[in-house]
Amino acid sequence: MLSNILIYFVVIPVLMLAGVALCRNIKQIRAVAVVGSLALTALSVYLLIDYLALRAAGDMDPMLYVQSVSWFAPLNINLSVGVDGISVAMLILSSIILLTGSFASWKIDQPKAFFLWLILLSTGVFGFFISIDLFTMFMFYEVALIPMYLLIGVWGSGKKEYSAMKLTLMLMGGSAFLMLGLIGIYYHSAPEGGKLTWNILEIVQNDAISHGWQKFLFPMTFVGFGVLGAMFPFHTWSPDGHASAPTAVSMLHAGVLMKLGGYGCFRVAIYLMPYAAQELAWIFLILTGISVVYGAFSACVQTDLKYINAYSSVSHCGLVLFAILMLNTTAMTGAIMQMLSHGLMTALFFALIGMIYGRTHTRDIRLMGGLMKIMPFLCVCYVIAGMASLGLPGLSGFVAEMTIFVGSFEHADMFHRVFTILACCSIVITAVYILRVVGKILFGPVQDQHHLSLTDATWWERTSTVTLIISVAVIGCFPNFFAELIRFTFSSDIFKVIGMN
Amino acid sequence: MDYSQFLVMKQEICLLVIFLLVFLNDIFMPRKAQSAIGVITCILFGIFTLFGFCPMVIGNSSADAFAGMYATSPVIVNIKNILNVGVLIVLIQSLRWTASDMQRIRRGEFYELLLVTLFGMYLMISSRHFLMFVIGLETASLPLAAMVAFDKHRYESHEAAVKYILTAVFSSAIFMMGLSFVYGLTGSLYYTNIAAGIQSGAAIVPLVIALAFVIAGIGFKLSLVPFHLWTADVYQGAPTPVTSYLSVISKGSAAFAFLVILWQVFGSVYADAWEWMLYALIILTITVGNLFAIRQRNLKRFLAFSSISQAGYIMLGVIAFTALSQMGKAALMFYILVYIFSNLAAFGVIGAIENYCGKVSMDDYNGLCKTNPRLSFVMMLAMFSLAGIPPFAGFFSKFFIFTSAINQGSVAIYVLVLIALINTIISLYYYLLVVKAMYIKTEEPCSISTFRSAWSERIAMWICVAGIVGLGIVSYFYDNLLTLVGC
Repeated sequence: MLSNILIYFVVIPVLMLAGVALCRNIKQIRAVAVVGSLALTALSVYLLIDYLALRAAGDMDPMLYVQSVSWFAPLNINLSVGVDGISVAMLILSSIILLTGSFASWKIDQPKAFFLWLILLSTGVFGFFISIDLFTMFMFYEVALIPMYLLIGVWGSGKKEYSAMKLTLMLMGGSAFLMLGLIGIYYHSAPEGGKLTWNILEIVQNDAISHGWQKFLFPMTFVGFGVLGAMFPFHTWSPDGHASAPTAVSMLHAGVLMKLGGYGCFRVAIYLMPYAAQELAWIFLILTGISVVYGAFSACVQTDLKYINAYSSVSHCGLVLFAILMLNTTAMTGAIMQMLSHGLMTALFFALIGMIYGRTHTRDIRLMGGLMKIMPFLCVCYVIAGMASLGLPGLSGFVAEMTIFVGSFEHADMFHRVFTILACCSIVITAVYILRVVGKILFGPVQDQHHLSLTDATWWERTSTVTLIISVAVIGCFPNFFAELIRFTFSSDIFKVIGMN
Repeated sequence: MDYSQFLVMKQEICLLVIFLLVFLNDIFMPRKAQSAIGVITCILFGIFTLFGFCPMVIGNSSADAFAGMYATSPVIVNIKNILNVGVLIVLIQSLRWTASDMQRIRRGEFYELLLVTLFGMYLMISSRHFLMFVIGLETASLPLAAMVAFDKHRYESHEAAVKYILTAVFSSAIFMMGLSFVYGLTGSLYYTNIAAGIQSGAAIVPLVIALAFVIAGIGFKLSLVPFHLWTADVYQGAPTPVTSYLSVISKGSAAFAFLVILWQVFGSVYADAWEWMLYALIILTITVGNLFAIRQRNLKRFLAFSSISQAGYIMLGVIAFTALSQMGKAALMFYILVYIFSNLAAFGVIGAIENYCGKVSMDDYNGLCKTNPRLSFVMMLAMFSLAGIPPFAGFFSKFFIFTSAINQGSVAIYVLVLIALINTIISLYYYLLVVKAMYIKTEEPCSISTFRSAWSERIAMWICVAGIVGLGIVSYFYDNLLTLVGC
């Protein structure tokens, strides 16, 4: 097992946990966090290069680096790992956000406990993305959820107790449905008399889930993951949770954890139950369509910076699920691009909001103004993040949304057209709320004379934001590279549902 | 009479020997030697527990004794071993409490009574004749009442004991009422004869009535809703070591006995007579237990209601054990094993704090992580494990019990499991309340000052933490149980 590169995505965070537990002061903790997440970033970049080399050499398996180690043999539960282009992209995203998140929490209180929970959370995230065994996947999924409670409850701000509890209960509620769905999949994973399995690849190969059961299991798993993907009407945890969470947690949560939802939706729900996906997609398409538009409208009327961004996340993550449900290559590729783009962009937003809040001690946009003169670096970054969010070409948002809407328009029927047009409107609304905030807090007269004495970004804050901005620009400038990486999986050979259309 | 058949019941005999040694020590040794009685019991019992896992010593074959009234098998030996582990932890936890001034003079009695009740539970699990079962049941229940009343100076302890003895006797009466029906229907009290008699004659209505009484009788012991009303008061009033004993060992043994009775004796009429009864009981138990736990501020009452809802999950394991698959039995054993470790960890912390300052209210725990970080960490692990959060053992045991329940494949079981799953979210809420009190409500200084818990309490907590962390991740334990039941 240790000869497999993938397992190190779990081993390194576990070593980091041990390292942080042994640390005696904040400097050592920072060192462990930064070195560890740098190692993870390096590992994921190496994985990307190696992966591309294997693909270039003509390896056409749906997943590479596949390996299984038996865990609970009588139940056929294995530690199975394997990645395709999408997982590789997600691993890079997660490691970058962990790295920048560590920089963003340079001055946190009780650093030891904070970093322990944060790294535990990312262990869950990395484990989730490398797993192809449903049980292991689900276990890592829950490992990633529970640290949120303490991270928000202890280090959060505002009505943190309420938000932490709401977030945990809603996400765990989703995972209750998910658990039932996964166990159901297990019991229908093999034809009569065959060996039941939790392994995703084997389940697809067996293709034994009857259409009737698919129609029951698909909604269970889709809703289960959809709660984490902030699907309407299960999105209400997201604004409260993000608003109360400390900076690094908002970054990781909006940047990575919400992606677990989208990733699970296509990797488990749609991949394993293509028939039901085809039949029932319209229900969820309506719900996610509502998420997209409703999230954007809600963001327009908020006055708290974090709430604005949280609702914008609801809208953007809704777009991810919306595109996944289009069930064709282009739109689904766009969905993954949007996941990457939104992950980096929101992390950048939340990092900046955290930094601004740390200086002004308010997030109310009515109480801020003219910050561009006071902290030009942070404000320029904020503008760049805003531009990425509303889809300026050259930055990541544009390519993602463009691909999604082109893909969505490939459906020629009325229903899909109407919803695509509705979702397209969200771009305009996004422009409204982004420009409103930019105009209000960055330009215009200074609202509070105390703000005049504030300082600009420190070096660790600069490192954090610049890394994220470079990543956003890289996706924006080389979209084809990422699209190729992703598109391989969304072929009709691998995703049966795409062939059905 | 063939005396060699006593050799079949090696575990009972070992237990009896330990009991006699403790008893003799208590009666005849000088005062000074008596002070070590708790440690001696722990050591003796620890050796016994260890040997229980060696098949060479205890014997690992299926056998009958006393004309089939008593039976043993590898699974039964294993069930007793699981209970032994729990009892050992309870014994270690109670060392500090029995050494306190109030209890010192009578501490021998505590250990003797405890061992006697365990003997009764052994008989309940091993019996294959209802007479034997009733003897076991009474031996297990009546001394427990004395243990509940052990805090002589506390009014609540008396009240709890009276409540316990009344319900215990009442439930035995109901149980025997049911037995008389069964006897009337089949003309025998042997499990096998009853099972055969039920198969041939199909008088379903009297059988349903009989089963209702039988299930109600054991339901009292397991504190299933609607037979749970004694639980909270007794748990609150009893001394903490007794509460932890009641909540895990007494409950665990009753669950195993229940499993045997329901499936061995009445297995053939599962779908006709008692499937729906259990469904109703499980849904009620899990839901009512959870909803009542939310409002509790006293931690012992809180854990009482939590243990009621846990009993519902245990019953899910009972239902999962069908004639087709043995998986349910393994899942049930694993669940109880994990439950023992998680619940005893929680009671260990509560007991340590109660011994130090007598505080058991959740409000007193506000900000505990500042003054006693280790205790609050153990408590948090226990709460996470009880709520079923990975990577702790509770997650695995819940997952396996749901998996084995769904093995039945009917739509009804999917609905039942869904209800149970939704209930895990409610339970997560109140388990998190404790975590919230300890870790999040840290504005005011904690009313419990920093203290060092006794070595015995620390050992017990370490064992529990090792179990919570290790039992799930290390697949050996569950695989072993599955192999044992032949899966």
